[in-house]
Amino acid sequence: MSAAPLLEVTDLVKHFAIKSGVLIDREVGRVRAVDGVSLTLHEGETLGLVGESGCGKSTLARAILQLIAPTSGSVRFDGHELVGLSQRELRPLRRQMQMIFQDPFASLNPRKRIGQIIGDPMRLHGVADGAQLKRRVQELLDRVGLQAEHYNRYPHEFSGGQRQRIGIARALGTQPKLIIADEPVSALDVSVQAQIINLLEDLQREFGMAYLFVAHDLGVVRHVSDRVAVMYLGKLVEQADSDTLYARPRHPYTHALLSAVPIPDPRKNAARERITLEGDVPSPIDPPPGCHFHTRCASATDICRHDEPALVTDDCGHATACHHPL
Amino acid sequence: MSPILRVADLRVSFATDEGVVHAVDGVSFDVNPGEVVAIVGESGCGKSVTAQTLIGLTRSPNATISGTAIFGGRDLIDLSDDELRTVRGAHIAMVFQDPMTSLNPVYRVGDQIAEMIRAHREVSKREALTRAVELLHSVGIPNPERRARDYPHEFSGGMRQRVMIAMALALEPELLIADEPTTALDVTIQAQILNLLRTLNREKNTSVVLITHDLGVVAELADKVVVMYAGQVVEQASLDELFYQPQHPYTWGLLGSIPRPDEIRPDRLPQIPGQPPSLRNPPTGCRFAARCEYVFADCVQPPPLRSGSGIGHLDRCWLSADAKAGRR
Amino acid sequence: MARFAVRRLAGMIAVLFAISVIVFLIFNVIPNSDPAARIAGKNANPALIARVRADLGLDQSLPVQYLTMMKQIFTGQLTSYASDQNVLQHIISGLPVTLSLCVGAALLWMVLAIWFGYLSAVHPGSFTDRSLTVLSLVGISLPVFWLAAILLYYFSFKVQVFPTGSYVPFTEDPLQWLYHLILPWITLAVLYVGFYSRVLRSNMLDVMNEDYVRTARAKGISERQVRLRHVLRNSMIPIVTLFGLDFGAVVGGGTILTETVFNLNGVGLYAGQAIGKLDLPPLMAVTMFGAFFIVLFNTIVDILYAFLDPRIRLGEEAPA
Repeated sequence: MSAAPLLEVTDLVKHFAIKSGVLIDREVGRVRAVDGVSLTLHEGETLGLVGESGCGKSTLARAILQLIAPTSGSVRFDGHELVGLSQRELRPLRRQMQMIFQDPFASLNPRKRIGQIIGDPMRLHGVADGAQLKRRVQELLDRVGLQAEHYNRYPHEFSGGQRQRIGIARALGTQPKLIIADEPVSALDVSVQAQIINLLEDLQREFGMAYLFVAHDLGVVRHVSDRVAVMYLGKLVEQADSDTLYARPRHPYTHALLSAVPIPDPRKNAARERITLEGDVPSPIDPPPGCHFHTRCASATDICRHDEPALVTDDCGHATACHHPL
Repeated sequence: MSPILRVADLRVSFATDEGVVHAVDGVSFDVNPGEVVAIVGESGCGKSVTAQTLIGLTRSPNATISGTAIFGGRDLIDLSDDELRTVRGAHIAMVFQDPMTSLNPVYRVGDQIAEMIRAHREVSKREALTRAVELLHSVGIPNPERRARDYPHEFSGGMRQRVMIAMALALEPELLIADEPTTALDVTIQAQILNLLRTLNREKNTSVVLITHDLGVVAELADKVVVMYAGQVVEQASLDELFYQPQHPYTWGLLGSIPRPDEIRPDRLPQIPGQPPSLRNPPTGCRFAARCEYVFADCVQPPPLRSGSGIGHLDRCWLSADAKAGRR
Repeated sequence: MARFAVRRLAGMIAVLFAISVIVFLIFNVIPNSDPAARIAGKNANPALIARVRADLGLDQSLPVQYLTMMKQIFTGQLTSYASDQNVLQHIISGLPVTLSLCVGAALLWMVLAIWFGYLSAVHPGSFTDRSLTVLSLVGISLPVFWLAAILLYYFSFKVQVFPTGSYVPFTEDPLQWLYHLILPWITLAVLYVGFYSRVLRSNMLDVMNEDYVRTARAKGISERQVRLRHVLRNSMIPIVTLFGLDFGAVVGGGTILTETVFNLNGVGLYAGQAIGKLDLPPLMAVTMFGAFFIVLFNTIVDILYAFLDPRIRLGEEAPA
């Protein structure tokens, strides 16, 4: 692992303006989708990003890749600052960062053959062309567990798990250093999930890319990640290496999240201390003042209602944003 | 005590353009009063079709349904549409997976619950609405009088699912069928809904048939578990026995391939290779043979569902009891 | 609501302005459209033409002509070049005729379309469905003027069941009013019945597969109630939108051919005649009248939509 991180995100913010007005639209509010997130990722490492719906993790993933323009903050990738670059300047860098999407049914163009889907990124970046391109695509098909002869088939001829493999092959083509996987296995059955997870890990061992693994399934995230970050309402509330986070969570939200996941083990499940959070997640348009989590937190005190806790990292690399960590 | 629901040899097939799909191919199970029976399996295994067939939602010109489902002394499969309609909602209620789309967007929530009540009882609109408000309160919705006048899109996902549950319980049915009730919900909201279901099951003694693919949810709620694969039941056991003494290779594979948040990860997730077979031309022998690590000569014959270890513990596998005990 | 109303008003003003300018410009570009020459007569000499032109104010510059015409419209002073009649008066007298025709036809087409669409959707693929499909396609394909002429020929001339046209005011004799309008109503409705019944059928088939219909069945309510309260109710929302737009367009000028063939002197007939004579003032007035109606109905439809679908709030886009 090299000393300098591959990806360094600092205070990334993405707000969506809500416009309203009688004749001319004026901004009346903002959806604070990502509200100041910092994280780092080293080469060959896997960082898991968990959170529930509306926490901003998908927006964060897209903002890092500059698929949506951040409102403010910095994203340094491989030494280059990405925020503020023009599309043309970003282009050569995009070779090194790729994305795998959640919905295997919606993320492949139904009118293109899979050979073309997988080959297009390579062709567009000038990595390969013509016969050489076709060979490369067939190698990739083979590598992800599909058959090279399926080069000319259309996406609808494949199952969900196979389509996800196609998506992975597409991401691998340009040999990126970073792959952001946005809920890559959520839409798949359990047995197929295991196959895809194993494939992703094998590929990482072979090619050495880093993963930012966004997911809501805590079991999956624990399995694939070296480190895990937890998001709530646009902010990181805790970050630590995988085993530590799951064994000794410090933030009340992480604790509640872990306790809410039912474990496929009846005795253990029944024996656990279970915390059930009351109510719904507040809206990101008008997040609670102070610590965003205080409205649902059992340990909330006065200071939590006024002061937003900063993300503090201890010597072991365990970061928590809480006034009363567990 | 006799079971409130007895399903025997249920078969459902659909005629499609590409041939006949045998979605459910000989499913049998019992539900006792106050019991929670979980039907587990992956997509395409036939669990949803089984559940929906019980209340006749799969009846259509291209469907062939056979077998029996005895409920309240009558065979649900044999009942006419009109007779079945008196059962739906009043005796067997159903909660579906996606609360976003399962409620009609143009009617107020209170009105939708009232509609159900008035379909089965002779009550005035006002009485039905009052009852609807009570129901919303009983499932933990704050401000129920005001909320009953709201439209579905004004509720969050978890709240909508509570509304669905309130609606399902309006007429105090003996049996509640919950088809993936928490799959579309966040983890913390899922915990709330599962708590709610457990409370309702304990307090009102309502039996529950819970359809899910999530073994964690099963561990949380179920008394008995039925595992389905390719349209058939491959294992059936009490909760404890299924998790701690599973007898079928598919169950082993399923349990093994789940990444667990509470355990140190293995280097590689044990995986079940391949995919489930096509239901258009199901294999003649054991349907799991093509993916099974333990396949041997006998597997070309379709194994029957029979008792091996444990009382009421059935499995569909030719392996001997010793082999099963040794190989898990 | 305020935001919505203000925006719509502003939009309407913009549309009316744009249309008036476009019509005005087009008219001044068409060859052979010099009104002065035509009004002066065939044997007019240049001096006479010049005097007529000055009389009508056509020797002024285009922008001035435009402004004068606009002023005349808004003060009710607009006079036709060809007949020296007040345009606005003529339009007002023609309105009852046109509205009788449009409203009657609209009622007829909606009732039939909903009935046919519902039948088709409830028994898809059946003989009923297939025959209704064929009928719809025929209805959509028949040109209005041809149909009008054919109806007239067979039902007025050969078999003298209906009168040959012309209009009897409702206040004069309601029965005759009805009698004279039946053939025109049928003519105008046929096209729309075909179209709307297809759309309703398609919407209903889609809605029947929705999760909330499955929930409704699971509640144990009767099949008829499921079809009416859940399927039909939700399928009607896009139909209402379409209806508003179509009705606005029909009132705003879609009746020209029908009124001409049946000799009903409504706004449509007036517009037809004005086009034939290349008479700008009535044309301008009728076009603006048409545009006004279309924008008005657009707005009514949007308001109605918000009532029908509680997810819509006025002035904002529908959720996905």
